[in-house]
Amino acid sequence: MEAPNLHLTMGNWLANHWLSVLFLVSWLGLNIFLFVCAFLNYEKSDKYFYTREILGTALAFARASASCLNFNSMMILIPVCRNLLSFLRGTCSFCNRTLRKPLDHNLIFHKLVAYMICVFTAIHVIAHLFNFERYSRSQQAMDGSLAFVLSNLSHHEKEGDSWLNPIQSPNTTVMYATFTSVAGLTGVIATTALVLMVTSAMEFIRRNYFELFWYTHHLFIVYIICLGIHGLGGIVRGQTEESMGESHPSNCSNAFLEWDKYEWSCRRPHFVGHPPQSWKWILAPIALYIFERTLRFYRSQQKVVITKVKKYTLSIAVIKALFYLSAKLNCHDVHPKGIKMMRKRGFSMEVGQYIFVNCPSISFLEWHPFTLTSAPEEEFFSIHIRAAGDWTENLIKTFERQHSPMPRIEVDGPFGTVSEDVFQYEVAVLVGAGIGVTPFASILKSIWYKFQRADNKLKTQKIYFYWICRETGAFAWFNNLLNSLEQEMEELGKTDFLNYRLFLTGWDSNIAGHAALNFDKATDVLTGLKQKTSFGRPMWDNEFSRIAAAHPKSVVGVFLCGPRTLAKSLRKCCQRYSSLDPRKVQFYFNKEMF
Amino acid sequence: MGQIEWAMWANEQALASGLILITGGIVATAGRFTQWYFGAYSMYPSTGDQEGVHSAAGVLICLLEYPRGKRKKGSTMERCGQKYLTTVVKLFGPLTRNYYVRAVLHFLLSVPAGFLLATILGTVCLVIASVIYLLAAIRGEQWIPIEPKPKERPQVGGTIKQPPTNPPPRPPVEVRKKPSVDEEEATRAGGPQVNPIPVTDEVV
Repeated sequence: MEAPNLHLTMGNWLANHWLSVLFLVSWLGLNIFLFVCAFLNYEKSDKYFYTREILGTALAFARASASCLNFNSMMILIPVCRNLLSFLRGTCSFCNRTLRKPLDHNLIFHKLVAYMICVFTAIHVIAHLFNFERYSRSQQAMDGSLAFVLSNLSHHEKEGDSWLNPIQSPNTTVMYATFTSVAGLTGVIATTALVLMVTSAMEFIRRNYFELFWYTHHLFIVYIICLGIHGLGGIVRGQTEESMGESHPSNCSNAFLEWDKYEWSCRRPHFVGHPPQSWKWILAPIALYIFERTLRFYRSQQKVVITKVKKYTLSIAVIKALFYLSAKLNCHDVHPKGIKMMRKRGFSMEVGQYIFVNCPSISFLEWHPFTLTSAPEEEFFSIHIRAAGDWTENLIKTFERQHSPMPRIEVDGPFGTVSEDVFQYEVAVLVGAGIGVTPFASILKSIWYKFQRADNKLKTQKIYFYWICRETGAFAWFNNLLNSLEQEMEELGKTDFLNYRLFLTGWDSNIAGHAALNFDKATDVLTGLKQKTSFGRPMWDNEFSRIAAAHPKSVVGVFLCGPRTLAKSLRKCCQRYSSLDPRKVQFYFNKEMF
Repeated sequence: MGQIEWAMWANEQALASGLILITGGIVATAGRFTQWYFGAYSMYPSTGDQEGVHSAAGVLICLLEYPRGKRKKGSTMERCGQKYLTTVVKLFGPLTRNYYVRAVLHFLLSVPAGFLLATILGTVCLVIASVIYLLAAIRGEQWIPIEPKPKERPQVGGTIKQPPTNPPPRPPVEVRKKPSVDEEEATRAGGPQVNPIPVTDEVV
């Protein structure tokens, strides 16, 4: 099948993602609108005429960027309110799938907003540097200019608090003014917190040292508090209404040397500071987020009973060697996996959802996400854990201890992700790489139960399941599941419902030789399943063209839980093999984000 | 938190601080900000050089911190184009390898920037980076350059242990066609291999 040209590929992409694009465009549009509005207000309005006399355009830049900062600080908390997102996903279950796609990209949006905050913070800080500098200069300028006169307004005690220039004395340095004002101090603290959050959230740090990212990111509390009280000092001042009525700048600004001198001359202008605005923007998301965390705490107090823990390794004889290896290599090349089965009251889930798990005996504050591998039809719920860092390794070690009691586990969730949509498609292609198979395990189990109970409402007619794994030991996890699925499909005469292929990418000549020798056996030597294991990686072009040929008029959902490179190739294949005719075969790509 | 390599975070933080320092220096120079000394009642008019010093310090920090060090375990993602700077930074040996030196260097570079409002943010961030480097140094971390992996040249014939001792299996004589006289002569005449049995091309 010829690849369509670039315009049509773009068109296809747009058709799938139009809501996300619309959302992003609206967000950008609002940013621009807020910036321009505030800018024009401070640049043109007469209320700030005298303020501009000292500060120039830097005032408008500072206030405009402040306005956008308020907006973005509000927006940044919303994508991480997972309960809200799950709720939206639930209420939208009758909506078509493109409407729910933006909910999958919440973390991308969170990062975009964060970058925007950084950009506007830079503008804001630079503009205020100029502002403070100019305030300072006009305080010292002994040239009798309007700016100088304005700066000295505070010295008239009988008029009270109607100063304009926050720097009151020629001896006050900008540094002193910054650190003794609420705005300056909170500004420096908030920006420092922002920088620390950003540097610890860089992909490299986040992926490899997750705990560091997790703890440092809680500095957002500092940022939010500082943002809330940033405007308390009322440093940004404009002329009062009363004063404008009495002596409007258009009439009086030129005669500044004669203010209050004679009966007929203009009165001195009076200024008043802005009350803080930020809290109005951020109050609602803060309340929402506090509710989220409270919900998590409340759920964590509920009782979780661990019924079974099982450790999968290659084989008993090899365990000793594994432990030795793991001590030497520190567990990065060896992956002992654990599976836990917990029973929790009042817990209901959908396929492919995930939960947050906390183990107070290991770390009081850390919550780590794990996909549920059990089906909703089961009485218990289970997760599979791969040892991939401090916390997971400690967790597995804690469970391995023979004589100590079971550690307590707290659970928050379940939260919905994209796998819930699998049953909405007639044909589903599920691709799991390594531990990325976990959401699909849940789906396959659910299918098993549905067929057991003769659930005929299932929209899905055919499932293609690809599992790509590096080592043979990994297949032990779901051997049983795939085995029982194979049997059940045979019994029901639906052998063509589930079409699965296993790929072993970390093979050597021994394994290949062994497999070649046992070519004639009915079951695979490595897994014991009827489906033979393939070696190497799947050739996606072949697979996709085969599926497109087999289902020429269907909508096919492609679900991936795996690395980014694989996502790229699958996405390309989806675009390439989707027909230009919307009535013919269409591939929709969905990726899990963890 | 036992497996955290603090130096990796300190590296990101120092890089960010360097950038902030450069920006602060540029802003102060562009705005011709006056410089004040605490407690002094006189004003020192600024020249462009003073703020430029902070930008230069920022550039130095960025150059030093750009090449990422190698992680103790696992693979390290290089920054784009960092191998050129890695060779330069490697040249300084223990000065760049040791994190105590870096901690002290960053602290010293941050002090003069603390006197100027435009660069105070750079100071604060750089001091934090310095503290994290100190923590990394106390835990015995070191900067290890990421060496480019030597390209494995495919060994031609390296996997051939021994040439086969038996000729490949041939179909029985009856199935084979009788070779023409010319071919027989050609095979007998030359070539590195002399076939004991004449070989014909069989298309299955």
